[in-house]
Amino acid sequence: MPDVNRGNRPLSPHLSIYRPQITSISSILTRITGNALLISALLVVWWLLAAATSPGYFAVADGVLTSIFGKLVLVLSLWGLCYHLLAGLRHLYWDNGGSMEIAWAEKLGWACVIGSVALTVLCLLIIGGLA
Amino acid sequence: MAYMTDRKRAEGMGSAKEGTHHHWWMMVSSAGLAVLTPFFLFTFAPMLGKPHTDVVAYFDQPFPAIIAALMIVATFLHFKNGVQALIEDYVHGTARKVTLIATTCLSYAAAATGLFAIARMAL
Repeated sequence: MPDVNRGNRPLSPHLSIYRPQITSISSILTRITGNALLISALLVVWWLLAAATSPGYFAVADGVLTSIFGKLVLVLSLWGLCYHLLAGLRHLYWDNGGSMEIAWAEKLGWACVIGSVALTVLCLLIIGGLA
Repeated sequence: MAYMTDRKRAEGMGSAKEGTHHHWWMMVSSAGLAVLTPFFLFTFAPMLGKPHTDVVAYFDQPFPAIIAALMIVATFLHFKNGVQALIEDYVHGTARKVTLIATTCLSYAAAATGLFAIARMAL
């Protein structure tokens, strides 16, 4: 587009200039957790496929998922899932027009971060009780 | 190009008019997943590390099998549409098209694989 002036328009400041805020951090965390959960989802599908295939294959997949590294990935995934779920509920609430004020947006951001850690611990306790 | 009017240059460069549908689908799938997630978590997670025969017998029951099947389908369709927004924000040109096709195929393939596994244990 040679005839379009791109030189002296006002541009948005680059991301690195902004001070990190709970609103921006909680927003990007939603995207990061949601997309990173693909890894956990694929691991779960692999585990189910292995269980449906043979005892030998199941031993391999189950061994990977219940190894120290596997457990670390799964616990981090559980936190990601809890965070993404809380952030998703926040999104649904916002989409309905609720609590759009900055002070509330900041409170809800902290609620997602702190709530996700609390929810992860609660889920681990429940799963431990059920297992 | 030099003979085109400003309007002609701008025509067809707007939105695809599908944003509302995409957003609504994300709302529907997220609401469904918010309900499904605890059910799936507390049926699937206790089975990790259990003997193979126990796992197969467990997913032979209607409730865990249906929950797992619903979770797999809803998760990967939600992922397909969610990752689309990510790709459209950060990837451009041909790479964007290739990535979108790849993630869409991966989503359906993973959903089909999960459903096959559940069906094989449940039926």
